Amino acid sequence: MKNSFEGIAFRSLSRRAFLISSGATAIAVAFGSLPRKAFGQSAPISPNAWVRVGTDNLVTIYAPAAEMGQGVMTSMPLLIAEEMDLDWARCRVEYAPYNPKVYGNPLFGGNMLAGASRTTRGYYQIMRLAGMQARAVMVNSAAARWGVPASEVATEPHAAVHRASGRRLSYGEIASFAQVPENAPQFTPAQLKPASQFRLIGKDQPRIEVPDKATGRAKYGIDTRMPGMVYGTVLRAPVNGEGPLDIDYSAARKVPGVLQFVRMPYGVGIIAESYPAALKAKKLVKVTWSQRSKARSYNPDKLIGEFTERVRNVADKGVPYETHGDVRAALAGAAKRVTAEYTSLNVTHATMEPQNCTARVDGDKIEFWAPTQSPFGVFLAAVKAHGFKPENVRINMTLLGGGFGRRAENDYAVDVGFLAKAVPGTPVKMIWSREDDIQHTKPRPLTVQRLEAGLDAQGNLVGLHHRIAGESVYRRFAPPAFQASGGKDLPLCEGAYEPTYSYPSFALEQLFGETGVDVAVWRSVGGGYTKFALETFVDELAAAAGKDAVDFRLKLLDKDLRGQAVIREVMAMSGYRTRKLPAGRALGFAYSDIWETYMAQVVEVSVDRRSGKVSVHEVWSAVDTGVALQPKNIEAQIESSVVWGLSALREKLTYKDGVVQQSNFHDYPVLRMNEVPKITTKVMVTDNKPGGIGEAGLPPVAPAVANAVFKLTGKRLRDLPFRTETLKA
Amino acid sequence: MIKFSVNGREAVSEQPGDTPLLWVIRDELGLTGTKFGCGMAQCGACTVHVNGAATRSCVTPVSAVSGKKVTTIEGLSPSGEHPLQKAWIEGQVPQCGYCQSGQIMTAATLLAKNKQPTREQIVDHMKGNICRCGTYNQIVAAIQRAAKA
Repeated sequence: MKNSFEGIAFRSLSRRAFLISSGATAIAVAFGSLPRKAFGQSAPISPNAWVRVGTDNLVTIYAPAAEMGQGVMTSMPLLIAEEMDLDWARCRVEYAPYNPKVYGNPLFGGNMLAGASRTTRGYYQIMRLAGMQARAVMVNSAAARWGVPASEVATEPHAAVHRASGRRLSYGEIASFAQVPENAPQFTPAQLKPASQFRLIGKDQPRIEVPDKATGRAKYGIDTRMPGMVYGTVLRAPVNGEGPLDIDYSAARKVPGVLQFVRMPYGVGIIAESYPAALKAKKLVKVTWSQRSKARSYNPDKLIGEFTERVRNVADKGVPYETHGDVRAALAGAAKRVTAEYTSLNVTHATMEPQNCTARVDGDKIEFWAPTQSPFGVFLAAVKAHGFKPENVRINMTLLGGGFGRRAENDYAVDVGFLAKAVPGTPVKMIWSREDDIQHTKPRPLTVQRLEAGLDAQGNLVGLHHRIAGESVYRRFAPPAFQASGGKDLPLCEGAYEPTYSYPSFALEQLFGETGVDVAVWRSVGGGYTKFALETFVDELAAAAGKDAVDFRLKLLDKDLRGQAVIREVMAMSGYRTRKLPAGRALGFAYSDIWETYMAQVVEVSVDRRSGKVSVHEVWSAVDTGVALQPKNIEAQIESSVVWGLSALREKLTYKDGVVQQSNFHDYPVLRMNEVPKITTKVMVTDNKPGGIGEAGLPPVAPAVANAVFKLTGKRLRDLPFRTETLKA
Repeated sequence: MIKFSVNGREAVSEQPGDTPLLWVIRDELGLTGTKFGCGMAQCGACTVHVNGAATRSCVTPVSAVSGKKVTTIEGLSPSGEHPLQKAWIEGQVPQCGYCQSGQIMTAATLLAKNKQPTREQIVDHMKGNICRCGTYNQIVAAIQRAAKA
């Protein structure tokens, strides 16, 4: 069957050829990947590893982090354009090649990985310095050409100018003669442009990949096509940690178009001429699975019971994450003590593009086309899981149809490695079905939290004791980070550590489960449940102290002006004190301070007391993320994460004996258009260093809604998803 | 062999008749703008027009479109300048963008029969299409903008 169109499973060469042409050329323009010398007479120059200047006056900038909708393929290259003084209309963006020494994110130990709201925070200074360095190379080259001191040469967008003599050279002209020095000039952060001179930073630019996303031309991982390509999928063990003992291929082998089966430690790979053929065969492979995995005893109700016992046993300090003062003594001496417990079930990402990856093995080399947040993870899949030498691994990144943390994993790359090794020389596109994607997710951890606080006689907080029980994310996902921190798990308790609230005494303690289920990062990770607990608990504390809930927070933020400012702003936006609400509506408030971004949020809520259904009618957010690189994009990201947070109020992934019980959008419903409220966001621009924005809108949603529900019903919601049946009157 | 038209051109599939139209469009014809999201008509990412009607190609066997006219996102406007596409770009609607072909194809059938849809009509027509990035309000605004264009 390989004698069809260059081996592609489907035939009809001529008919495909006419249909394929338009999309293929369009994308080459959009991403600047035309042949190097297509425009000019001589080769482009690279002032440094981040930029390529063509003699055609087009400048290509490398984007170091995955574009998954958060806008970094625009906002990061803009940093270089700002400092290099580029005309953005003459810039093209390409993904950086896999080279962590140059393009690694220092916030991930120098690895190439996008996630945890760290892209802007990690690259903001690095890429501006790279732009400044590239500008100096252009300026010095022009100065040498003109025989004038470099100090007399200025830049205008995309050109060097010598004002005294009226001479001007475009960057493209400079590229035709410039010699890039072996040691490029070095700069320090103090030399970077002051914010008052920003021409691009803070000024909204259209995102570069948006036009292709409106025309269907944008290429995601799943859209990878190449001559000779075959299709693959994987039948995975229903329980994490199991593998095949005995496999019967007899029925599956009869499916037309099936090419090969691949036994894997955790499943069976199927390679076929078409994806539908692979899916058909997958249903017919009969496997006897091992019965040894710890995950077989994974049942959420039982686990919540176990975790609840552990958080209540306060004598067990578990792994102390952050401690100051003596919270146990402070609570013992408090005039009043308040305690509450919170649970959160597992949830899954359900990225619209199911997990997939394409790879080809040639001899001892492997090349990937990967929709991944983590080229680093893909690299590890090749080197550690499949034994390729580091220098023999090549990784091409594509656009991502959603990430949300799911694509920080590398299981899809491990999968396709097995398949590609089985058919050397042939590219294999491996696609998970939606059912695979949901049932073999790596979910957000299930947790139980216990918060206890003490108030003095005047109602002042004297201490907060926050305990979290859950499976560790980092122990599996990032063992070096886990070990380096002394066995602490950062994502599990994100949002609970380093609070901007000031407590006289504070202890945050982690109690790890060992369940055999691989838990992972999920948009905002810990922030989704720690802020839910903390921000509803603060409302309870304020009530116990006889104080207003917002004033109580302002007091906790008496040393933090940025925190106070976002709170005051959202109060004004929503008319929190004065708003005339229809009968049956209430406003709820919550605050968040994760990822160096300040958020305050107000929601307007009603409850149907017959069904218990909670409706959110409007959401207001004020956000201070410091320097706002692209303000409209920040608004869009906040709105996106608010919608995600609303969806999370009801999302629920359950297990029975380690087997996920949901399989597609009919039983894992996510928020739809008819459920989305009016959302208003104000970006408060400050000159603080930029924080993260891809997740910031999410943490305040659940507590703000729960706080409004309490006003309406007198009932505290302490579980995620909300147990709305408790609200029935 | 199943004959039909795609974006105004003759197309022929040699796949088994029960093959979902989605995979014929994507893999046999190479038109990858139509996306695989769920495989069971739950998300709308695979929406195409069959004789002008919004259709979930992931559950439509290719045999069912024999002799019919199929339009994909690539064929909605030859230049990519359908009023919806322009409005989508102007409003910077897409985030990850994966669902947006399906959103636009679904919206196009609304505007074809209702030149001035209300917000409620838009929501009612569009609620079958999931956007995991939550761009719903931007989609509504873009449809309203396109309707005025």
